[in-house]
Amino acid sequence: MPPQSPTLAERGMSAGLKAINSIASSELVDKAGLRKPLEQLLFSGSKQSLKAAGGAARVFKATSQLGKPERQSRAKAGDLFDLTPTDEQQMLVESVKDFSLDKIRKAAHDADHDAATPPALLATANELGLAMIGVPEALGGVVESRSAVTAALMAEALAEGDMGIALAAMAPAGVSTALSLWGTADQQSTYLPEFVGDKPPVAAVVVAEPHGVFNPFELKTTARKTASGYTLNGVKSLVPRAAECELLVIAAQTENGPALFVVEGGTPGLSIEAEPAMGLRAAATGRLTMKTVKVPESALLSADAKVYRELIALGRIGWAALAVGTSQAVLDYVKVYVNDRVAFGEPISNRQSVAFKVADIAIELDGIRLVTYRAAALADAGKDFIKQAALARSLTTKYGMQIGSDGVQLLGGHGYTKEHPVERWYRDLRAAGLMEGALVL
Amino acid sequence: MPINLEIPRKYSQLVEQAHMAATHVFRANSRKYDLAEHTYPKELDMLAAMLDGMEQGGGLDGAGATGGVATGAAKKNGSKPEADPNAVRNGANLASVLGVTEMCWGDVGLLLTMPRQGLGQAAIAAVATPEQLARFGGRWAAMAITEPEAGSDSASIRATAAYDADTNEYILNGEKIFVTSGDRCELIVVWASLDRQAGRGAIKSFVVERDNPGLHLDRLEHKLGIRASDTANFRLEDCRVPAENLLGSAEIQTAKEGFSGVMKTFDNTRPLVAGMAIGVGRAALEATHELLKEAGVKVDYNIPPHAQVGAAAEFLALEADWEAARLLTLKAAWMADNKKPNTVEASISKAKAGRACTDICLRCVALAGTVGYSENDLLEKWARDVKILDIFEGTQQIQQLVIARQLLGKSSSELR
Repeated sequence: MPPQSPTLAERGMSAGLKAINSIASSELVDKAGLRKPLEQLLFSGSKQSLKAAGGAARVFKATSQLGKPERQSRAKAGDLFDLTPTDEQQMLVESVKDFSLDKIRKAAHDADHDAATPPALLATANELGLAMIGVPEALGGVVESRSAVTAALMAEALAEGDMGIALAAMAPAGVSTALSLWGTADQQSTYLPEFVGDKPPVAAVVVAEPHGVFNPFELKTTARKTASGYTLNGVKSLVPRAAECELLVIAAQTENGPALFVVEGGTPGLSIEAEPAMGLRAAATGRLTMKTVKVPESALLSADAKVYRELIALGRIGWAALAVGTSQAVLDYVKVYVNDRVAFGEPISNRQSVAFKVADIAIELDGIRLVTYRAAALADAGKDFIKQAALARSLTTKYGMQIGSDGVQLLGGHGYTKEHPVERWYRDLRAAGLMEGALVL
Repeated sequence: MPINLEIPRKYSQLVEQAHMAATHVFRANSRKYDLAEHTYPKELDMLAAMLDGMEQGGGLDGAGATGGVATGAAKKNGSKPEADPNAVRNGANLASVLGVTEMCWGDVGLLLTMPRQGLGQAAIAAVATPEQLARFGGRWAAMAITEPEAGSDSASIRATAAYDADTNEYILNGEKIFVTSGDRCELIVVWASLDRQAGRGAIKSFVVERDNPGLHLDRLEHKLGIRASDTANFRLEDCRVPAENLLGSAEIQTAKEGFSGVMKTFDNTRPLVAGMAIGVGRAALEATHELLKEAGVKVDYNIPPHAQVGAAAEFLALEADWEAARLLTLKAAWMADNKKPNTVEASISKAKAGRACTDICLRCVALAGTVGYSENDLLEKWARDVKILDIFEGTQQIQQLVIARQLLGKSSSELR
């Protein structure tokens, strides 16, 4: 697929940036004492232009109406303990991994710097069908049955290339998966056909909020029942590709606890500003503010407490899978580095203090991997996977961070610079232990 | 079939039976033999006889209590015709890990001193000829490798074996320490060198009858934990054994292949020791969970740990570590059952389980406060018992060496 031409919004932004640059380099600005007020103006100006960019006008409408919501059959569980992926999974992982280690890894440095993933790369990701891995065959999907294990394997393979790009590529799948699992017939027939088309919508499941000690079961974003539907108010944090988002599944607190709402990008009252973070920068994260966002009754995806618990858990499994992929990248990178790097007349890998750190990375990495797989496999088998997801999250928080830190440490000062990817992995791996939603398997 | 990390149903009976024995025989006598160190736990005789019977009857799918059983199971399993040689197998290694874990939930010290279940049987089964198997199989065999000056570096052992052509015997001399069940067993598998200049390839194992007059018991150790299990120190003084008691080939291998064959048994035994740690760790977690409940602390798996009370958050983190250790151990055993080379994974399982479960037990003691520390309950005992599992069958650091050498492609002279 040829690289896509920039959208109108992108052209607008780039023209804006040129203008900013010429103003910013002008000495006249300083002489006239105009720098501060101008910066202030440009700040709100860029916020405005992002708002305009958000919610590009895609019209979602049902092509054919489903009588009842389509639910997928579960993968048949074997009784034997077995870590062998199915042939289909092996095939998918191989194709994704080629793409990931070749294209994604190469683009990662610039995407991190630019806080954007090249559209051509995302187009390739769409060609691989990443946006529709959770969509049932009845609505044009390709997979026999939805599988959290398959999705985890894909997330892992992508994150081995880059976690931020993996998030940008897979976030829409979270929405299509949520719609497939829990959506009403109306929601499924309205939105799912778009996800299996040539250009699936940019979409994300939105849970995280900018509060300390955040707990997704006590949201500050509220959904108030009105005569005609619901009114949403609140602020959401680190939404992947926020500025482009066309479809959102938003978690909000109702009188009876958290519930999920399907909200289209252009809905009045939604506003978006860029929210770059420590890492995941390629995913162009943004902050979403909702001020009296009115949605119809039909926008309610689910108010079931069990559904919400499962969504949160599937998100945590997704982040654990991303951490596994990036940790594998760390391991493979430091293995080569410590063998090549010579100090005191021999490779530093001849020292136990160095070699044992590499061993510890391998030990903890495989631990996170197995606990993550078990959580996903339990979900696929229709069993309770909440606890297992919490355990995967716990390991991701502790050891994912540790592996990121050790990766930098093993390269010493070199690891601290952008000459090597380990500093980026350090930043990304911190996210995997704290993010909620955004990527739902 | 899709990826599945659940325990197969076919092992539920095995696990249940092991749990019964662990509850009624091991737990029931746990404190008694912790206090009465060096006293023979006579209660085990009946259980051992029962296990022997089950094994012979095939009732346990060969998946009994220890490494010794693993070998019996391996034979049985091997004789079963498999329809598809490429089909995934869950066999003796997995079953043994499950059995061991369950028994060590009861008491790790008592498991280690189960009659006729010593690690020596694993060594015998690994290299014995059919004739040797007939003579030694099923008997209680201990392992004598470690020496005062040779611990982790078992290649540097000093015990010697000299061939006497006149009597067709080997004459063993040297000193052996840390022999588990060394006083109680019937046989001791002794590692000794045919030629100390020839290096590892000259190290052989010899079966010595416990009542051999050349075998002198120096003393029994007083230990931090696993006190139910005796640890003996021996002197071998012109200890004569028939030439037929040398296990495997008498040839001195030039390279290290002979020795690496010996080391290969670790690929099967290390996941078992990991399984032991997982059993003790689970005991500590269960007891602590009860205490937390009594104290009104609820562990919630939905709410992030940082939004819960400290004790709940810590408990969840310990459970996560335990689960990682458990799955790594099952993976190593699964690989062994499916003939996949698993040296790295076996060491990974032992390294993770050894350190995680020691950490778990010690932290559980702290969470439980004086209840955890007092002899009125078993938490303090588990915290003492579990430490050995990060030491024997290769210390934490030896596992890290094995893993790192493989990952980095290092020889033992490069990464020492």
